[in-house]
Amino acid sequence: MNQLLVNNVTLVFAFALVLVAMLISYREKLGLNKDILLSILRAIIQLTLIGYVLKYIFKINNVFLTILMCLFIIFNAAWNAYKRNPNTNRNYWETFAALFVSTTVTLGIIMLTGSLKFIPSQVIPITGMIASNSMVAVGLCYRNLQSQFRDQRQQILEKLALGAPIKLAAITILRESIKTAMQPTIDSAKTMGLVSLPGMMSGLIFAGVDPVSAIRYQILVTFMLLSTTSLGAIIAGYLAYRRYFNKRQQLLTQE
Amino acid sequence: MGIIELQNVSYADGDQTIIHHVDLSVSAGDSLTISGPSGCGKSTLLKLIASLISPTSGTISFNGKNQTAYDYPTYRQQVSYCFQQPTLFDNSVRDNLKLPFQIRSVPFDEARIGALLELVDLPLTFLDKKVIDLSGGEKQRIALIRNLVFPPQVLLLDEVTVGLDTRSKTIVQALIKNVQEQTTTVIQVTHDETEIAAATHLIEMRQGALQK
Ligand SMILES: Nc1ncnc2c1ncn2[C@@H]1O[C@H](COP(=O)(O)OP(=O)(O)OP(=O)(O)O)[C@@H](O)[C@H]1O
Ligand SMILES: [Mg+2]
Repeated sequence: MNQLLVNNVTLVFAFALVLVAMLISYREKLGLNKDILLSILRAIIQLTLIGYVLKYIFKINNVFLTILMCLFIIFNAAWNAYKRNPNTNRNYWETFAALFVSTTVTLGIIMLTGSLKFIPSQVIPITGMIASNSMVAVGLCYRNLQSQFRDQRQQILEKLALGAPIKLAAITILRESIKTAMQPTIDSAKTMGLVSLPGMMSGLIFAGVDPVSAIRYQILVTFMLLSTTSLGAIIAGYLAYRRYFNKRQQLLTQE
Repeated sequence: MGIIELQNVSYADGDQTIIHHVDLSVSAGDSLTISGPSGCGKSTLLKLIASLISPTSGTISFNGKNQTAYDYPTYRQQVSYCFQQPTLFDNSVRDNLKLPFQIRSVPFDEARIGALLELVDLPLTFLDKKVIDLSGGEKQRIALIRNLVFPPQVLLLDEVTVGLDTRSKTIVQALIKNVQEQTTTVIQVTHDETEIAAATHLIEMRQGALQK
């Protein structure tokens, strides 16, 4: 293994990079300085904490604790995706279901193939990676549903008036939203290796793994991300569109 | 007992009451015309009957049974509302005329659609026209036959001839007459002088209430 060292002094120097962002925000009057500071503060605290937690969990290597940690990740990912849902008539547990199913199904399949072992140092980082991608997809799906339900309101009403059940009235919107949610994952898969050397692969190469083996892992990750984002977006979309209607299959008014 | 019965129906949006204690009985096969000033609640009344919104108080019944006792999509297939200034959805005219078939899970019947298009003086080739390429009058006619692919028991028409030229207007009026003769109950809202003059039953609406 290579010697990987980022000490505190190098981190302080690297802080100059944050100053670049803040300077741009200041000069261009983007009003983001507070946000940037807060975001790096959160990143530092959260990462430091999780660093120690992971160290502990990896050391005691307990199945129950590993599962708990994965659930914690999924719970948080769901919370963030839930907050991105602009519909005021929303439900956290529906988002949780989307994140939970998409993440565990993907993990399960990967474990069945034997490419991933149930040890904390493998399961936890992979859970984090796929849950965060599912979170982004689910959030995108929600935002799209909202904007389409606003823009296509009259079309849905026309379909309802003709006697369409809510699913048929909303299906074009639903499909469009799920498609939009999956698009970034598909697009990034297309440019992979040409534009970006993705995180997993970069990490392995950094750690001194032969690039050709690192690529195999990256291909695996790409499969996982496609599966998890499509599952996440589909489950979230199918649960979320109903909440734009009431029990009488009438379209709710948005404030 | 009418096919459509409204008993003491009121509708409020927030603190604004739009429909005030409306009682109305429409007999099967009847043709009712409602007119009244802009903003008096005509469209709201039709949307209530169409079950697109629900009354704040009072009851609406269809064939002697409370609206709320029906499966809503099934109800709307029988009590069919054509919007004031309807929009066509999706991409092509075909998409629009296909929906009634999809709703009932039956295969698309091109002969039936051809006959309907002919009634409104449009050729069958219109099926593959893009929705955005249609004129206002063409859109209005397509929207209307969307409601008629499977004839409903009650047809609710909301100023469907507004903004049409004389020719389109005559075509649409003839179609409505044709529908009435086929035992469909029609409730139509209009400002049009000739339609008001030709009305069999006329009711005036003022500030959310029907005039006796
Ligand atoms: N969704 C709604 N939310 C709030 N107010 C509404 C809503 N729909 C209608 N209104 C109000 O209710 C009143 C009646 O509206 P409605 O559309 O029924 O009138 P109308 O008689 O059909 O008028 P017009 O002849 O111009 O079509 C109006 O004051 C309108 O602003
Ligand atoms: Mg109106």
